[in-house]
Amino acid sequence: MNKTILILKHEFRQTVKRKGFIIMTLAFPVLALIAIGVFSLIQGIEKPPAPGEEVTIGYVDKVSGFDEYARQPGGITLTAYPTQEAATSALLAEEISEYFIIPPDYVSTGIVTRYTLERELEPPGETQWAIKSFLLSNLLEGQTSPEVTERVKVPMNLGTVRLDETGQVATDQGGFGAFIIPYLFSILLVMAIFTSSGFLLQGLGEEKENRIMEILLSSVSARQLLTGKVLGLGAVGLIQILIWLLSARFLVELVSTTIGGFATTLQIPSNLLILGVVYFILGYLLFAVLMAGVGSISSTTREGQQLSMIFTMSAVIPFIIIPFIMQNPGHIVTQILTLFPITAPITVMIRMGLTNIPAWELALSITLLVVTIIGSLVLAAKVFRTFLLMYGKRPRLREIIRCLREA
Amino acid sequence: MPAVELNNICKSYNDNLVVNNVSFTVAQGDIFGLIGPNGAGKTTTIRMVMDIIKPESGEISILGESLNEDTKNRIGYLPEERGLYKKITVLQSLVYLASLKGMGNRAARSRAEELLQRVDMLPHQEKKIEELSRGMGQIIQFLATIIHDPQLLILDEPFAGLDPVNTNLLKEIILELRSQRKAIILSTHMMNEVEALCDRILMINKGRTVLYGELAEIKSRYRNNSVFLKFDGALGEIEGVVGKKDHGEYVELFLDGETLPQKILEQLVSRGVEINQFDISTPSLNEIFLQVVETGQ
Repeated sequence: MNKTILILKHEFRQTVKRKGFIIMTLAFPVLALIAIGVFSLIQGIEKPPAPGEEVTIGYVDKVSGFDEYARQPGGITLTAYPTQEAATSALLAEEISEYFIIPPDYVSTGIVTRYTLERELEPPGETQWAIKSFLLSNLLEGQTSPEVTERVKVPMNLGTVRLDETGQVATDQGGFGAFIIPYLFSILLVMAIFTSSGFLLQGLGEEKENRIMEILLSSVSARQLLTGKVLGLGAVGLIQILIWLLSARFLVELVSTTIGGFATTLQIPSNLLILGVVYFILGYLLFAVLMAGVGSISSTTREGQQLSMIFTMSAVIPFIIIPFIMQNPGHIVTQILTLFPITAPITVMIRMGLTNIPAWELALSITLLVVTIIGSLVLAAKVFRTFLLMYGKRPRLREIIRCLREA
Repeated sequence: MPAVELNNICKSYNDNLVVNNVSFTVAQGDIFGLIGPNGAGKTTTIRMVMDIIKPESGEISILGESLNEDTKNRIGYLPEERGLYKKITVLQSLVYLASLKGMGNRAARSRAEELLQRVDMLPHQEKKIEELSRGMGQIIQFLATIIHDPQLLILDEPFAGLDPVNTNLLKEIILELRSQRKAIILSTHMMNEVEALCDRILMINKGRTVLYGELAEIKSRYRNNSVFLKFDGALGEIEGVVGKKDHGEYVELFLDGETLPQKILEQLVSRGVEINQFDISTPSLNEIFLQVVETGQ
């Protein structure tokens, strides 16, 4: 069998058995499932009281005239008290869950003070809605029709429809629901790239530390070794990202059926999968080649990880400036990040949820990535061959530059 | 056809010539000693033979051709800096390394079991490498070197770190392989091991060849021309002896250039001297090396 394939198979088998890989791969779906569970639970807790579960809120009306509409949706009843002392006594006696005071100058100031025994970050949504509805209904009593009163409470439900170039309703409607999936995907993409290339770096470090490198090189060439490792670990990363994508699809469906609401607006752009796989492969190849270079000049795994930070930190720049990218998806800086090979995979994924990336930008970005990969491969292979058997000490910068110049 | 042939190989690092015009041949069935002190250029020479690093000039021929995938599969190489994957089992290690030498899985497994049986390590075949002692690990590395039945073996410091029992085991296997007409290059700075095993040697120092040829011939060339004698009685004047040195328990007799040790022995026997021990003095390789380096001869 071809020796490159033997190395590929060996690297694949050894890596998928690693605890780190298994934990990392399962972490995303498991954590997402837990998050969905917790979210559903919280939603359940925040739901309005079940039928038959009555909540009574007291109030002291110092304006006069707030005496209608005591029954509010969600099983909330408002009960008037003549004084604050009476309302406080009722609260302490647990006859009411809370009370509020409508001061004499309420109409001019709008100030309403609420009294409760609970420690809370902000008033519960149901309570706020009930008090607001009660005040509005009483204020507009006799001045408008009940329909207008209801409209004043909720003046609009803003809906946006995106049209395509032909004036037809576009299939991809954009919005936060359309952004979140590519954004999450960009996180998964970078995790997969860093995990796979990280395993490559770790593997090289271990092989240097274990002194097995020279034994391998007595059977295979440096090119076969590098190619087998890069492809083997790339296959591992691809499997990982496919598992995440499949579980993401399942999770989106689960979210839509269990949580609904915002989740129903989630959209997976049709080209996400194709571009995602393309950018994963190219991004991974670039980082794998860079990591191979770093791994061959590092004397230990730890040293290699420290050196590789130069590249990993550069790659996550798009995440650091994500507010800027969200507000300026077509800005020149965003375009440069799309074209710069190290930042391209993440930037493209983020931009896909925000805007239509021009085809020329994608084509140029992919071309630049491919050219950089080939160039890096030539240089990394030279560095790999020269410094792989240098144990216990890191080559000086001058030596590396000379090696690269001679390549 | 020699198993290995090197012609005028040169290699330098940072303008420092570490292998300077080295040439040698190794025949099938030979144990060839590549010897010299640490830093002499032995490992660099071996790495060039294995095509791990490229020579700047010179030619290398392995089993009659320049090194390629096929010839690589016919070489067993035990590097000085060696190790194994710690997290996989002994059997998996051997089978994987054998497969990289072109062996099929089934054949590799069967051969691995045979070799493990040979060194009494079959019960350890399912143990992870990290669970083995250092010495056991070194034996497994050696087995990985010979598992594919190579025609040429290159062993760089094979006895380093081994206890006497494992050293003897390795020597036994090396001698078995010689009897099977394998060519063996033994690179070491431990010259006593070379004296016990090698037929021919190349001694290098600072990248240059200082001695090359049959071990017996080299030792004969550097013979001191003296004999060690333990005896009872009186020696008197002996024809052909030009000097004496008393070492306490024994005496060293220095011969003139023409007298053979047998002549001295004959004279002593005829005089009735009671001889307890009679040794022809031959310098060790270590002494020869020191002499060559110090005198430049």
